[in-house]
Order: sequence, then C-alpha cells, then structure tokens
Amino acid sequence: MLQIKNIVSGYPGSFLLDRVNIEIPSGVFAGIIGPNGSGKTTLFKTITGDLKIIGGEMFLNGIDTKQMSSKERARKMAIVTQAFSAGDVVVEDYVLMGRLPYKKLFQLTDKKEDIEKAEKYMKLTGVDRYRHKLMDQLSGGEQQMAAIARALTQEPELLLLDEPTSHLDISHQVMILNLLQKLNEEYGLTILMIIHDLNLAGEYCSKLIMLNKGKVHISGTPDEVLNYKDIEEVYETVVITQKNPLSGKPAIFLVSGKTMNKVES
Amino acid sequence: MQNRKIKWAVSVTVLLVLLAGSILFAMMVGEIRFSLNELIEVFSKKSGIEYTILTRIRLPRIMLGVAVGGALSLAGVLLQGIYRNPLVEPYTLGISGGASLAVAITIVFGLNLSIGGYVLPAAGFIGSVATVFIVYLLSMGRYSININKMLLIGVMVSFIASSAMMFLMSTTTNENLQSIIFWVMGSLSETDTLLIKIVFFVSVAGLLASYLFANSLNALRLGVSEAGHLGINTGLAIRILFIIASLMTGVSVAVAGVIGFVGLVIPHLTRMIVGSDFRILLITSFLGGSIFVVLCDIVARMIIAPNELPIGVITGMIGGLVFIAVLGRSNATK
Repeated sequence: MLQIKNIVSGYPGSFLLDRVNIEIPSGVFAGIIGPNGSGKTTLFKTITGDLKIIGGEMFLNGIDTKQMSSKERARKMAIVTQAFSAGDVVVEDYVLMGRLPYKKLFQLTDKKEDIEKAEKYMKLTGVDRYRHKLMDQLSGGEQQMAAIARALTQEPELLLLDEPTSHLDISHQVMILNLLQKLNEEYGLTILMIIHDLNLAGEYCSKLIMLNKGKVHISGTPDEVLNYKDIEEVYETVVITQKNPLSGKPAIFLVSGKTMNKVES
Repeated sequence: MQNRKIKWAVSVTVLLVLLAGSILFAMMVGEIRFSLNELIEVFSKKSGIEYTILTRIRLPRIMLGVAVGGALSLAGVLLQGIYRNPLVEPYTLGISGGASLAVAITIVFGLNLSIGGYVLPAAGFIGSVATVFIVYLLSMGRYSININKMLLIGVMVSFIASSAMMFLMSTTTNENLQSIIFWVMGSLSETDTLLIKIVFFVSVAGLLASYLFANSLNALRLGVSEAGHLGINTGLAIRILFIIASLMTGVSVAVAGVIGFVGLVIPHLTRMIVGSDFRILLITSFLGGSIFVVLCDIVARMIIAPNELPIGVITGMIGGLVFIAVLGRSNATK
C-alpha cells in the first residue's frame, strides 16, 4: 500500500504539490488524471524519488520511504518512465537489469534465478520475440513492453508508469493496458499510472485520482470521478459523459466549438 | 546468455596472448636486437651488459607502457560511461592541460633544477588533480553535480590552461622551451623504478576498483535517472568513478607526459568488438590500451633510431588512422 501524507514537493521556488494526500491500497489499478500543469508529473517524480519531498511523508507498505535505501526501494517499486534512451543495450540485457536491485556489490554474473525471472517476464510480455535486438531498434510499443518486462523482473509490489500509452496507436494502447490489467487481476500487482486519456482511464482503472493545480480535486471509482461537472471544472472544457454500452464504464465525449455554437443558438 | 561467457573468456585470452606477444617483441627490438633464443640465454645467465639493458632499460619501459596504456584507456572508458558520451576522453576534462601547465611553470621557474628529484612528476600529478578539483567544484549545482556542465567547464579549463602554457612558452628561454615541449609530447623513457611501480600499482588497483562499479556503469547506460530507479546510488558511483579516472590519468601524465588519443580510440575499438557491457569492456579496454602503447613505443623507438620520437606523435597518428579506417569500414558494411 502506498500512502502519501501531506506531501509538499516540486521545483525550488515553486512548490507545485501542496499538502497532497493519496492512498493506494494493495491490489488496486489506479490512475492519476488531470490537465497539463496540474502536478501529475511532479507527483510521479516525487513518488519515484527523483524529486525530494520538501514536506510530509510517504509510506510504502507502512515503511517510511526516507528510511529505505535506494536498493530496497527498487525492490518494492518498479518504475516505467515515459521517454528514455536505452541506446545500444540489448533487449534481454535490459530486462535482466531489473535484477540489479538484488545484486551484491561485487556480483558480476547473473544467477540462474535472475535469468529465469527475466525469461519468464520476457515470455509473459512477448518481449522474447525481439530479445536480441538493441533497445533503440525497437518501435515505441516494443520499447514500452520491454520496459514493463524489466519492471516486472524487479518483482515489485508497486508498479509505477508515466503515461504508458502516449504516442501509441489504439491497438498498442489496448495491448499495453490489457497486459497491465492482467498483471493487476491475475498477479495481484498494485499499479499506479499517470494517464491522459480519460476514456482509457475510465475503462481500465479501478481507482482514479484527479489532480488540479497541485491538489487532489476528487478521487474514487471511475464512476465517481468521471462526471461532467468535475471534468468541466478541472479541464475547463465542455464534455458529455455516458456509459460504454459493453463494459458499463464511463465514456466521455468532447464537444467541438462549432457544435457548441449550434447548440447555443 | 551462456555463449556470451565463452565469447568474453576468448576475448580476454586473446588480448592476454597479444599483450604477452607485444611485450616479448618490445624486448627483442631496439638498438641491440635479440632473437627469442638469445633472450632466453640472457635471462638464464642473469648477468652481462645485455642483461642490464633488458632489465634496467627495456623492461621498465615496457612495464610503464603497459601501466600507462591500461590506465589511460580505462580512464577513457570510465569517463565515457559517466558522461554517456563516446567522445569524452581523459584529456577533454582539462586534466592534461592542468598537468602540462603545472610542469611548464615548474620548468620556467627552474624549480626542477633547484629542488630536483621527483619535482616534475609531482608537479604533473598536482596539476592534474588540482584541475579535476577545480572542474568538479565549478560544476557542483545547488543540489547535485551537473554532468553536462562539468564537461563544458572541463573543456574551458583545458583551453585556459593551454593558453597560459603558450604564454609561458613564448616568453621563456629556448632551453626551457625544449624541456616543456619534450614533456608535453610524452615519453616512456622514465627509468626510476619507484615511479614505474607506483603507476603500475595505481593502474591495476584502479582496474579492480572500477569493477566494483561495473553494474552501476551498465545501469548508467540507461541514464542517471533510470539507473537511480534500479537502486543504483548514482551520485556516489559517479563521484568515485570520476576520482578513479582522474587518479589514473594523473599518475600517467605525471610519469609519461601527455600521451593523447589512447583513452578515446582504444575504448571505441574495444566496444566495437566486445560490445558495450562494462563487465567485459573494462578489462578488455585496459589490456587493449596496454598493447597499443607498448606497440606504439616500439615504433617511436625504431623510426628514427638511435633517436626516439615522442610517443604521443605515434599514438595520435596510428590511433587516428586506424580509427578512421575502422569507422569507414563499419559504415560501409552497414
């Protein structure tokens, strides 16, 4: 379980997050939504440890993250960032790097157990098909999959993802999110991701947190969070909310300026 | 993954054999040539003028070449790993500039004559370490060290040092000028066994110490932030690796002067052959550097014998040409 209590964080001079409280219970598939500049990335970087916590506390399974070594943290929490260049690293080597948090200082070889775990998650994600390629030869979707395979190889309790579906076509978006859903439901992995697309957020997440101006505007189930009032207030855009006829999950329709004018006249 | 272990073992063995071959070859050639049988004979007799030449002049020189070549090449690999930039080498950070300036000041003010002894190597070492320290302090940000800024500051410090040195060179006597130029161009002619032992010890210790961070260097290939996410204490790793690289360069420059290009070319060539995994790259670059410098020194000694050329001239020329040839070929095959 991830608990964020009264967190103040951000870049020096402008602390974007102002006393934010969030709770992500174990086994949840949670999404952070909010308009640009609402503090999503700042929150993400604060949780990953890339940004220092200025005030407040963060607990991972009851342990204060300040008390954890970076290795301990990496064993409990795996992170998939949005854009990174892994350059000339071979895919299978990259996935194996997920075992680094378990390695001792002078341990240069990979244990049998480490290799087996990397193999297992490469198969699960389908990454084994291009395991001998270099990371920078992969397409965006393949790279994302490799990053997820690496993160799973860390065998974390919490998986954090920063917009895992951005820049991907709908088939890859659905492929990635289906995989995450399977990991959440079948393996009990707790997942927290930043996601821009409200429809995807509503369809896949079991809990949503909507940020606005560095504060939590509303949090709860997709049905509770994705209502037109809150969306219009936070995004300052007119939307229509309905249900997906098959899944019954909230679906959001946008209204163009032209249509708006027609309706108003 | 199993195949790789075999490939790595083969690469290291091949390089060790090549190094042994180069050392043997370097023992054989020179003003007095020895055949393999003659070498064995001299070494079994353990006396005579030949034995003295081999053990007092050639062997120390070869050992210095092995140590300096390995140290410079390893320093190059480490810095390229830290900066994620294959074009960084020990001298980009102003280390050689600072060392050369310190030596030039020592010579211009005649300190080497008035104090004597180890003053020149000491000045070289102090110069290089002081430069690193200055570059490091200037690149410290408010919260952490800024790697790209550090590189730029290193280049600037290097320019300032070389300008200051040119100022000294253009105002000093001809005799001093000659000593400065000779030192700057690098040579393995140092015969003091204590100095050679120090360089050898430091370079081997540096190789072992850098292996403590082989995993960190591999993770850093993904970038500082990603490496941090994998539990690597990136701040500590970068600092210590930087210190190792500086010490390696410092002792090399102090005893052998400025021998350019080794730290750039050898890691690059090694990477093309064994790949970018630091677990194999560290040792193979070290051995490759040793072989390269020992071979270049043979050329430097032979080409205008009985005089010798500065080894920096040879490493620069051969290194550059080989590099262009290999790059051209690898582009053609792509």
